[in-house]
Amino acid sequence: MTVHDIYLLSPELALVALGLAIVLLDLVVQRKGVLGAVALVGLVVPFALSILLWGDVHAEPTETLSGLFGTLVVDKFALFFKFLVLGIVALLVLASTDYVSKLSRSQGEYYALILLSATGMMLLAATTDLIAIYVALELASLPVAALIAMLHTDPRSPEAGIKFLLLSAMSSAILLYGMAFIYGFTGSTKLPVIAHLISSTATPGVPLGAYPVLLGVVLVVAGFGFKLSAAPFHMWTPDVYEGAPTPITAFLSVASKAAAFAVTLRVFYVAFEGVSLDWALLFAALSALSMTVGNVVAIAQSNIKRLLGYSTIAHAGYMLVGVAAIAARAPAGDGSLGPQGVLFYLGAYAATNLAAFFAVIAVCNKIGSERIEDFAGMARRAPWLAGVLAFALVSLTGIPPTAGFMGKLFLFSAAVDTGLLWLAVVGVVNSVVSAYYYLRVVKVMYLQPPPSEEQVPSSVPFRAALAVAAIGVLVLGVLPGPLLDVARAAVATIVP
Amino acid sequence: MEPLQRFLIVSAVLFATGLYGALSLRNVVVVLMGIELMFNGVNVAMVALSRYVVPATLAANPGSATDSALRTVLTGQVFAAFIITVAAAEVAVGLAIVLALYRSRETVDITDASSMKQ
Repeated sequence: MTVHDIYLLSPELALVALGLAIVLLDLVVQRKGVLGAVALVGLVVPFALSILLWGDVHAEPTETLSGLFGTLVVDKFALFFKFLVLGIVALLVLASTDYVSKLSRSQGEYYALILLSATGMMLLAATTDLIAIYVALELASLPVAALIAMLHTDPRSPEAGIKFLLLSAMSSAILLYGMAFIYGFTGSTKLPVIAHLISSTATPGVPLGAYPVLLGVVLVVAGFGFKLSAAPFHMWTPDVYEGAPTPITAFLSVASKAAAFAVTLRVFYVAFEGVSLDWALLFAALSALSMTVGNVVAIAQSNIKRLLGYSTIAHAGYMLVGVAAIAARAPAGDGSLGPQGVLFYLGAYAATNLAAFFAVIAVCNKIGSERIEDFAGMARRAPWLAGVLAFALVSLTGIPPTAGFMGKLFLFSAAVDTGLLWLAVVGVVNSVVSAYYYLRVVKVMYLQPPPSEEQVPSSVPFRAALAVAAIGVLVLGVLPGPLLDVARAAVATIVP
Repeated sequence: MEPLQRFLIVSAVLFATGLYGALSLRNVVVVLMGIELMFNGVNVAMVALSRYVVPATLAANPGSATDSALRTVLTGQVFAAFIITVAAAEVAVGLAIVLALYRSRETVDITDASSMKQ
């Protein structure tokens, strides 16, 4: 490991150091409120280092820096996800200040585990080796399992934790079985070398020819399908979303999803580009199924967290539209539109879902219930919270002028460009279906009488987080240009 | 039968047994054991493929691999070592959560852990 390697890894190292420092600090300080502040201020360091790296990458002619024997790669794609994950963590830390008082003894661990998991997510977007991908994946998901099971006062919390851990381990095993076949029949764990071997050979002299590689690709699709919570691999999602502490549900729904999409895009666009016509069809099928299952089952939900759980399955489906929109289907079209759309949508979805979850955290903390009918009259009890929640739900539906509308516009136009008109039609029909259950929540908040006139309190840092998320939704909906430009630059390294 | 096929059959049987156990059994600890079996099935496949198939693949594609042949062949065994290590960490977290689950509801039966059904 050279000094240059350490420099390339510095944002992740800074994040780990911050997490460990918070655990140690937890032992000595009496006022636990300090911990959140330290976490927030400490995030400036990895953020600044990522900006430095962006400058270096931009100056490089190939726009790629690699280190650690070629397993770690820093390009604009990896840096996009570093910024996204760091931004999500910063907002989450701000919004958790009220919530962590419930975890009287383990507040330091709460922040530290979030930071460690974020490290795994950042690494996941920055590795080009199957072994490193597996290790980063587990680094991202094991702390989340512990976080889900952390709330001792609620029996649903450990139950959700064990469900998440078991299904995540099982999906890892399936993913590894696929990776074993891919390594075995291409001879390498490095994504660029795998790509070279898949496209260059008819594999003479190799037992069984190319079929094991295809079997491996299918198993990897299934393994990543669990992580993306795409139907039919979504069974864990509603239970885990309902049982987990609400800030962790928010973290799972935006950060885990972003990291899973990052690794999916990199693995499939870089390594399996030679067989893209085969897997793109699989992803198109998963996409249609996820959108439909997520939206149809969400209609019947009465718990707001469970509703958002099914909604996240549907949104995984929308984003898979962009993964399936590959260049090989339309040689004349721009093959990078799909991945660009996915990156933009991940940013838009992060702002939208965080705004929605933050409002839910504050309301549920006050009323002590997660039932949608108990949100009645929220517009009078907490006009700002209700307004932000309604705005976020409008964005999730995909109505202008919101980030969600712009995101869907880019994804569906990428689908049309690459000859997947049917998938775009399924997406639009599903958006219409989703309006029913999203707007039902808005109706309950605005049109039904409140059971009491008591106001819903919230702290200043919490309001700041809520405001940033809500403004993000509006800005991305009105001025999508800057984020789209960054997304375009980011995908240039994975779609040549 | 070629040695590779024997190894792959053993690996597939281990993986399938583990998957069946993980999906059908009720005790959380036994489900964790099933998942361990799945990981071990993967390990057998990984090592067998690195021994029997990777050299043949490399011989059929001279000049394709960037690393030395020995290092490419050993990658599979290194991968297996990583899987064993990470699986141990996974079980540590898993058992800790099982303990928390047992404290809150006095059972480790997965079918009893269904308070969130619609």
